[in-house]
Amino acid sequence: MNVFLDSLAWLADPVHLAGPNGVPARLGEHVLYSLAAVAIAAVVAIPVGFLIGHTGRGRTVAVALTGGVRALPTVGLVFLLALVLGIGITAPMIAFVVLAIPSILAGAYSGFEAVDRATIDAARAVGMTEWQIVTRVELPLGLPLLIGGLRSALLQVVATTTIAATVGAGGLGIYIFTGLRSNDYTQMFAGSLVVIALAVVLEVLFSVLQRLVVPAGVAAGRPLDTRVTTSRSAAAKATSLQEGTQ
Amino acid sequence: MTWIWSNTDYIWDKTLVHLGLSVPPVLLAFVISLPIGWLANRVAWLRGVLLTASGLIYAIPSFALLVALPGIIGLYPLRSSTNLIVGLTLYGVALMVRSTADGLRAVEADVLQSASAVGYSPWQRFWRVELPLAGPVLLAGLRVVVVSTVSLATVGGILGINGLGLLFNDGLQRSILAEIGTGIVLTIVMALVLDGLLVLLGRVLMPWAGREPGPRSRRQEAVTA
Repeated sequence: MNVFLDSLAWLADPVHLAGPNGVPARLGEHVLYSLAAVAIAAVVAIPVGFLIGHTGRGRTVAVALTGGVRALPTVGLVFLLALVLGIGITAPMIAFVVLAIPSILAGAYSGFEAVDRATIDAARAVGMTEWQIVTRVELPLGLPLLIGGLRSALLQVVATTTIAATVGAGGLGIYIFTGLRSNDYTQMFAGSLVVIALAVVLEVLFSVLQRLVVPAGVAAGRPLDTRVTTSRSAAAKATSLQEGTQ
Repeated sequence: MTWIWSNTDYIWDKTLVHLGLSVPPVLLAFVISLPIGWLANRVAWLRGVLLTASGLIYAIPSFALLVALPGIIGLYPLRSSTNLIVGLTLYGVALMVRSTADGLRAVEADVLQSASAVGYSPWQRFWRVELPLAGPVLLAGLRVVVVSTVSLATVGGILGINGLGLLFNDGLQRSILAEIGTGIVLTIVMALVLDGLLVLLGRVLMPWAGREPGPRSRRQEAVTA
């Protein structure tokens, strides 16, 4: 239990709280990098995902891509890019975006796919244009899954940012890395505690958000606890997209 | 390329070590998550608790977890294979509990009642009816676990734990691009080979599964996606 107390003492030490290498500054850096990477990835992945989900074309490619990236070792990717592009934030940033895209893409297209075909036919029957179907039917109904994809992507990037400190990207991983170099386990443990806290907070925030965006009509009609869930409601509740990150 | 040819023994050694570190966590995760998943499915209020807990564990960045675990458990050193195996098992369990609970839940109540009616004890019913019927979902979950475990095991390399991850560390320090590239390729190949073996195992053990594109297929895709 001593390591806990030591680490808390380390974290409470004013020396470790102030300046550009202080915990608040590094935390801000970590969050900023992660959000920026997810934002860039989202700009690319969401429109493509919607297109795949709406038309049903290119699905095989998207599934293969999502599965393939899961097998890709993040450490290897970050180190490889760092070796090619040099130490700094550019190389890790590219790695973050590459790693964030598949989850967001999967969230976007599976959200659209989860919409019952009958609902879309009904929308078309009452005279909605394709654009209206996308924005007023598929988008709101698929939103929980899209948020799920964004959440996996963000957690994936938060995890990778921790590793990227090894190649000079900054962020909270710097404490683990410095501690590792100087055999200072207290510092490593303190750093990992802050990283864990950040990840847990983000996970909780996103799961709340994911519940909030379920359209009222869907939430009202959702079976509470039946043994056999329909694929429709299961899809709306599913968090399985989250699997296979890190 | 010359680096690869002059270091084949070293590469082969790291590959075998990596395999030895990746397989135990997958097996352990499968075995451990069975009772937990069963419990989650059996006790209604526990389901939410267990699934939320596994979601939170899975959300923890791997590097931070590997650093924190030895301090929390306090039984083994930071730079040990045990550390990596414990950490990877924890992630595996976090993933598999959901698959197990989902798979068991998808078994229809009528089927279970029929099994009881023809005289199966709860124990027999679980092993001979529930588990085989949940098999395809369990397999889908296990495939995710095996691929992510092989890939995650490389994180141990930063801490100096043996395995393919060391190729990344060494390659970065000595600026050998081929070494990092080799590590990436071998990790992906190992993940795909083990995944393929699981698919084959599934065909052998569950020859009935995967033929009918039933209503559950979309759900399975969501798990594999």
